[in-house]
Amino acid sequence: MTSFIIRRLLVSFVLLFFISIISFFIVTLTPGSPYPWGELNPKVSEEVKRVFREKFHLDRPLPEQYALIMRDLFTGNLRSIKDERPVLEKIAERLPATLVLNISALALSLSFGLLLGIYGARHAGRPPDVITSIIAFIFIALPGFWISYLVAIALVDWAAVPILGTHTIGVAFTNGAQIFLDGWWHVMMPASILAIGGIAVQSRFVRASMIETLREDYIRTARAKGLDENTVFYRHALRNSIRPLITGIGMLLPALISGAVIIENIFAYPGMGRLGYEAVLERDYPTLVALNFVTAALVLLGNLVADMLYAVVDPRVRLE
Amino acid sequence: MITTAPEPIATVPATPGGRAWRRFRANKVGVTAMAMVIVLAVVALVFFVFDRLGIPFPMDPDATNLERKLLPPNAINWLGTDNLGRDVLSRLLNGAYISLTVGFVAVFVSLFIGVIVGAVSGYFGKWIDNLIMRAVDALMCFPTFFLILTAVALLGPSIFNIIFVIGLVSWTGTARLVRAEFLTLRESSYVQAARALGQRGWKIIFRHILPNAAAPILVTAVLGVPEAILAEAGLSFLGFGVQPPQATWGNIIADGKTYILDAWWLILFPGLAILLAALSFYLTGDALRQAVETRSERQ
Repeated sequence: MTSFIIRRLLVSFVLLFFISIISFFIVTLTPGSPYPWGELNPKVSEEVKRVFREKFHLDRPLPEQYALIMRDLFTGNLRSIKDERPVLEKIAERLPATLVLNISALALSLSFGLLLGIYGARHAGRPPDVITSIIAFIFIALPGFWISYLVAIALVDWAAVPILGTHTIGVAFTNGAQIFLDGWWHVMMPASILAIGGIAVQSRFVRASMIETLREDYIRTARAKGLDENTVFYRHALRNSIRPLITGIGMLLPALISGAVIIENIFAYPGMGRLGYEAVLERDYPTLVALNFVTAALVLLGNLVADMLYAVVDPRVRLE
Repeated sequence: MITTAPEPIATVPATPGGRAWRRFRANKVGVTAMAMVIVLAVVALVFFVFDRLGIPFPMDPDATNLERKLLPPNAINWLGTDNLGRDVLSRLLNGAYISLTVGFVAVFVSLFIGVIVGAVSGYFGKWIDNLIMRAVDALMCFPTFFLILTAVALLGPSIFNIIFVIGLVSWTGTARLVRAEFLTLRESSYVQAARALGQRGWKIIFRHILPNAAAPILVTAVLGVPEAILAEAGLSFLGFGVQPPQATWGNIIADGKTYILDAWWLILFPGLAILLAALSFYLTGDALRQAVETRSERQ
């Protein structure tokens, strides 16, 4: 196990290197001016431009720029072009809200995906399965921004569900339970909408894996022993669907973070997705590089945790 | 040799493709979805031609009429009008080709890259495979939509850039799939035979292995189209899609969201169009997958 973790960490570092190069070059190799005031603005003097270029190392060759950005990123000195605040500080501010939103959505995706997938597998090939399959594909095909608006219109009037931010504005709760419930009430709707696609993907995945498991010899043995179908299904076969549950963590995370860019914008939710969108609008490239790097590193971490969980829950997996 | 063989049992098609097609036709959901895809493609093509010829049918999608703004669906404007009095139905039909073009061409770009990268990785193996697959792993860690958004915003939104960027970041799945196919197929006896005959690597890849991996590649291609359509809609919604006055399904919703409480038709119909388009591709792709997967025969 220890040697596995060490090897995986080494591989992760190699991946992080690739990731940093990709995110750096996507931002720098694209044409267009990095200046916040536009390339040809006549009101900006050459002197101001020169100072700006020096401050953000834009006068250096690309490989050197890359090295400097990475150095600044790891020492915490990388600053945003927009407000010159350290980028890591800006990201750290948004991280808790992002984690709450994405982990809630992940939990919803995994649990409801499991239920829907089990239901489909239990009735494989029959009308209930066909119907749940079509529902799953409708969920995958739903544009997140569209369903957000429809649900928002429907629920705001009917159930007074909040659609802005992370807490009730203008009310200072002092009680911990109240703060928690208020936060939960706010994150519930964005998280559910974010989870729609994940639920569907996960349900397809669980269904396929369950059907596969039902073909195994030990299932045939269980049936041959005369066990009733429910025991075979829920006691023997279901245990193996813990594996797709874990794989789902690594698989769904990048998609959720992507979806969050749009959902956070609609619900004015102060997470990293919204920060990214703001940085895109302002061409704030240090923030973009750092944000791409941090989210990719988070996904990598999720994958590592998933692989370790495998070894914990499945005795057949030996990590070496 | 096959031609001189006695007639096979009449009801079973001789080729694997024929058998897969037969299985596909038996799947009602798949056939319906494929019919919807075809209808959609025809509609998009017809209204693209109308647009280029300047035929205002049912109305000119860009003609404003402030006396008739924000009208709910009525006898003249079947799906209502927007805040500038433009006919929503005309704009929806006119925007159809944008979604489909982005969907098809972006998938073509991503297939092109994915097949070549996957084939090289799977056929040559060793350190080439290792290097390429680590790069693919790294790319897969990125939240795809955010990557697309960043690149499109920096490059400047145009239909060409959108297609190019979506294609450029979405080939990783195809590459992994093609690599896996190649890893198994390169050990098969017909590839060994071709190698023993002294054929070159590239020829073996494209003449012998690739045609045998065509079925799963086709399935990923069909399933890739709705991904690209949804990505384009999301970009349009955020203002980085194909720019106005050209109507796209995403930017009709983006423009309509300001009037959300007064004009539900500006949100509902374009969203339904995106949903139906994406859904028909997903269901077609899934039915194709079931038809080409020989294992599902046993089910």
